[in-house]
Amino acid sequence: MYEGPVQDLIDELGRLPGIGPKSAQRIAFHLLAAEPADVDRLQETLQKVKEGVVFCEICGNVSEQATCRICQDTRRDPKLVCVVEEPKDVLAVERTREFRGRYHVLGGALDPLSGVGPDQLRIRDLVTRIGTDGVTEVIIATDPNTEGEATATYLVRLLQDFPGLSVTRLASGLPMGGDLEFADELTLGRALSGRRSV
Amino acid sequence: MSLYRDSAVVLRVHKLGEADRIITLLTRRHGKVRAVAKGVRRTTSRFGARLEPFCHVDVQLYTGRTLDVITQVQTLDAFGGGIVDDYQRYTSACAVLETVDRIVTEEGEPVLRLYLLAVGALRALSGRERDPSLVLDAFVLRAMSFAGWEPALAECARCGQAGPHEAFSIAAGGAVCAGCRPAGSVRPAPQTLPLLEALLHGDWDATTAATEPVRREGSGLVAAHLQWHMERQLRSLPLVERRESWHRIPEFLRERAAELDGSELAGAPAPQEN
Ligand SMILES: [Zn+2]
Ligand SMILES: [Zn+2]
Repeated sequence: MYEGPVQDLIDELGRLPGIGPKSAQRIAFHLLAAEPADVDRLQETLQKVKEGVVFCEICGNVSEQATCRICQDTRRDPKLVCVVEEPKDVLAVERTREFRGRYHVLGGALDPLSGVGPDQLRIRDLVTRIGTDGVTEVIIATDPNTEGEATATYLVRLLQDFPGLSVTRLASGLPMGGDLEFADELTLGRALSGRRSV
Repeated sequence: MSLYRDSAVVLRVHKLGEADRIITLLTRRHGKVRAVAKGVRRTTSRFGARLEPFCHVDVQLYTGRTLDVITQVQTLDAFGGGIVDDYQRYTSACAVLETVDRIVTEEGEPVLRLYLLAVGALRALSGRERDPSLVLDAFVLRAMSFAGWEPALAECARCGQAGPHEAFSIAAGGAVCAGCRPAGSVRPAPQTLPLLEALLHGDWDATTAATEPVRREGSGLVAAHLQWHMERQLRSLPLVERRESWHRIPEFLRERAAELDGSELAGAPAPQEN
């Protein structure tokens, strides 16, 4: 355990996908020793990518415009909303060609150990969307792991008394502990079509 | 390369590379162990589901150069099932895991007492019988006592004078007498410190009478006491849901949804008959 900012940097880097604690430490000390100009350039690049990419103001998916292609598509049922954790999960569900509704991207799962609670996710937006857009069915498609399950049950409890709303979850067939993105299309498609009411 | 086997609670799970995970375990005999579980994120993995947070497992590992590697896992108690289906229990159980992870700073040093406390807390949370918030507070008090940070609840934290005392000071380490009380002390309700004492000693019968405000005040003191001893704040603690009625949606939204639902149905074209 290092002091203050150095440990914070290691923790931050360690949260990036594919970077273990050892690598995080290595990168942190590399950055510490690097020329200030190099660090500035990295910082600028990160800033640019954050500013250049837009999130759909309706569903939260990555988008080139204010609203994404799926939310603009009038052939897709606006009353049916599939709730996923990340934009990559939208792609996973789209690949099944089973789903003709729209999406809501939460931006993660409830993960108190990483400091993520309901206010850090787009849950309030989801509730408002349901309350004002006439959504009649919500399919919860969070990852089949602990955080995903906890998020799903949280949403079910939150939404279950909403008038005129049916809430379903992906049917089992997805083994616990996995990531949605690793599920093959067949399994995921079957899970979607066999979703159960909660 | 040597093989060893132990029972353990899964504290944390980190992604590693494409499909592997680093699992932080609190084991019965080897203390905190961080180990690699290969391929567990693939949905075809044999033991991915058994290496999720809150799992109590029998695990076989071999000693690696940097991290140990998990080769076999068997479930002892699937505590997760009774925990993730309720947000209060879930957030409380997360705080239990983080407290353990942060109190044990050295890997590989046996901490049997803490292991037993953690298993007990997770069992109580997944058993759904007790107030999750009280289970968490009892655990934190006992874990701090294990770490040598037990708050003074009856006698004065500074001079040792027998209580009960009216003031409580986080900085001083607990209850303080009128003569010792430093600035910034708080004055909890008369029932709050006895509640904490009952929780510390596992006297559950004495806790049932505690009212909601007293429980909340006790939780606040316990959390503040724990954070005081931590170099960095625990992330999960502020997120612990203490209210049972957290799921209330604003009434106006509910009403608007009801209206929308009715009008949409009324405005929908009638089904064609042919
Ligand atoms: Zn969209
Ligand atoms: Zn005193």
